Amino acid sequence: MADILRFRDDEAHEEPAVTLDAFLDQSNATAVRLEDGEDARKLIPYLERLALIEIGFSNFGDGRGYSAARILREHGYTGELRAQGDVLVDQIAFMRRCGFDSLAPEKPLDPVDAENALARWDEVYQKAADDRQPIWAKRHA
Amino acid sequence: MYKYDNYDQQMVDTRVAEFRDQVERRLAGKITEDQFKPLRLKNGLYLQLHAYMLRVAVPYGTLNSEQMRMLAHIARKYDRDYGHFTTRQNIQYNWIKLEDAPDILADLATVEMHAIQTSGNCIRNISSDQYAGAAADELVDPRPYAELLRQWSSFHPEFNYLPRKFKFAVIAADEDRAAMRLHDIGIQIVKNDTGEIGARYYAGGGMGRTPMIAPLIRDFVPIAELISYAEAILRVYNRYGRRDNKFKARIKILVHEMGAEPFIAEVEEEFKHLKGLNIDAPAAELERIKAYFADPLFEAGLPDEIDRSDPDFAVWLDQNTHPHKRPGYAVAVISLKPTDGIPGDASSAQIDLMADLAEEYSFDELRVTHAQNIVLPHVKKADLYAIWQKLDAAGLATPNLDLISDIIACPGLDYCSLANARSIPVAQKIAKRFADIDRQKELGELKLKISGCINACGHHHAGHIGILGVDRKGTENYQLLLGGSGAEDVSLAKITGPGFDEDGIVDAVEKVTEVYLGAREEGERFVDTYRRVGIDPFKEALYG
Repeated sequence: MADILRFRDDEAHEEPAVTLDAFLDQSNATAVRLEDGEDARKLIPYLERLALIEIGFSNFGDGRGYSAARILREHGYTGELRAQGDVLVDQIAFMRRCGFDSLAPEKPLDPVDAENALARWDEVYQKAADDRQPIWAKRHA
Repeated sequence: MYKYDNYDQQMVDTRVAEFRDQVERRLAGKITEDQFKPLRLKNGLYLQLHAYMLRVAVPYGTLNSEQMRMLAHIARKYDRDYGHFTTRQNIQYNWIKLEDAPDILADLATVEMHAIQTSGNCIRNISSDQYAGAAADELVDPRPYAELLRQWSSFHPEFNYLPRKFKFAVIAADEDRAAMRLHDIGIQIVKNDTGEIGARYYAGGGMGRTPMIAPLIRDFVPIAELISYAEAILRVYNRYGRRDNKFKARIKILVHEMGAEPFIAEVEEEFKHLKGLNIDAPAAELERIKAYFADPLFEAGLPDEIDRSDPDFAVWLDQNTHPHKRPGYAVAVISLKPTDGIPGDASSAQIDLMADLAEEYSFDELRVTHAQNIVLPHVKKADLYAIWQKLDAAGLATPNLDLISDIIACPGLDYCSLANARSIPVAQKIAKRFADIDRQKELGELKLKISGCINACGHHHAGHIGILGVDRKGTENYQLLLGGSGAEDVSLAKITGPGFDEDGIVDAVEKVTEVYLGAREEGERFVDTYRRVGIDPFKEALYG
């Protein structure tokens, strides 16, 4: 696996992520992986003890993982939220806004392109799972 | 109309820089065509039969003369001296070079325009009533709500990789001039019993290969929760919309397969959760936007009388103007449907002329209609004759609004890589057959819509008369449909029977108009007679 881009200060979590089914069957795992379309809401009762949730993107055009990520953050998940798979440079700014703080692209990103993509948007139009203030909030601050 | 502040300008400027970078990375081979495709689509850039096509957004169909002139400039500088106004109130150019696209977007950004999300599996340009702010029958101007939705939906991080494209229409009158219920989400701004403004939400409508009329999802959403509710619908769609088959991926299929009630239950559940998350802008933001849509400085005491002594002018006046909310004013509609023309096309010179007229006579405002015409929304009745003379000299005074030759047609096989048959020549032949304007007026309101394939970009399902071009063993074949409507009497047209060849379909259209003329009762439009007598007399005339 290629390098993981992490946007967190804590230590990377070592325990391997188990499947959603396996996680729901056992009580002590602290890392889980959701495939495209698996229901993130099933994790809501366990968010406090989870340290890593990995969301798989089998194809960059399948956007279900963006909703899954926001749902987890909206329900208070504060652990590492990782996008893994077909993660491309033109998607990562959206992923960050939806609450991903860790990116594990299958094919490594050009570091300069990735940096540019993440730095590009100074302003945003809407609330999401990050702490950025939308333009409307700044207009009426 | 709306004006960008520094934030809005910064957003479009950033988008231009981003797209320039994406094109450079594509040309340098850093991204594959498969990876680039959704990126260029989200900037309105399609690869068509002969060249790239660029679709430029005209938010809710409203633009000023400076923007209109820029559209002419782009046609002149980067294309073949014309543009094509679309059924989504946008404009598209058919002969664009990929390398030019970033420069075109930069030019557009200088007049507060863009091509953001005019294609791709994301929330598209928000459409609206072309008479907004001018019509006598509207509750409020729907455009501030459309602008609020435009900003929310632009670069929405969660909804840029939806199962399929997603279209909104927003209206605020009972007369539906925007085919609202044939959209993924249709919103009517309404007042409740206690006098509060809110949104009536419909969801799951659309045309395409499986046409559906959107069911009512919620009768009243308080306006302060307009965006949260939209977000709830989009989230349910993003999570559950089908991704296994692109032809079953629109929200209409989800609503249909789940059933409206279970779908509504999911949306309500999501809404309950989302509305506590401060997603909606404060009321002050809506007020800020509304101020831009305040009435222009209409003059009081203007006369309503119009000199009708020029008979050609009188014909145009009766057909191509619409009542305005203020005395002494009218809404004038410029037909882009001359007999020999291509529906929705306008040359650079014509676009410039329409811009000039808007500046001189219509408080600097124009509208694009979903029927592919242009509107001067606020003109003095006293100026109509002068306006008509200038339009007439430019070939823009065809007096056929809502008549049989006011045809909606998709680009068809002449341009489109998806089409099975040509649409434009059929439109032209029908317009020619019915060229006599008195004959058209005798037929009255008759909405004829032509699509060159089952994707239905020409809205054939919503035509009083619809025509669908198909491929039958390698030759173009045209099916006839009757009884559709995209207005407040929304209905889906039905196929009459076996199709016809190109000349045969023109004859078939003529035959059904004859059935109508023979059967109609006082005051009935074509579609009214059809609804009363049913399809059989028409079938009998066609195939009997």
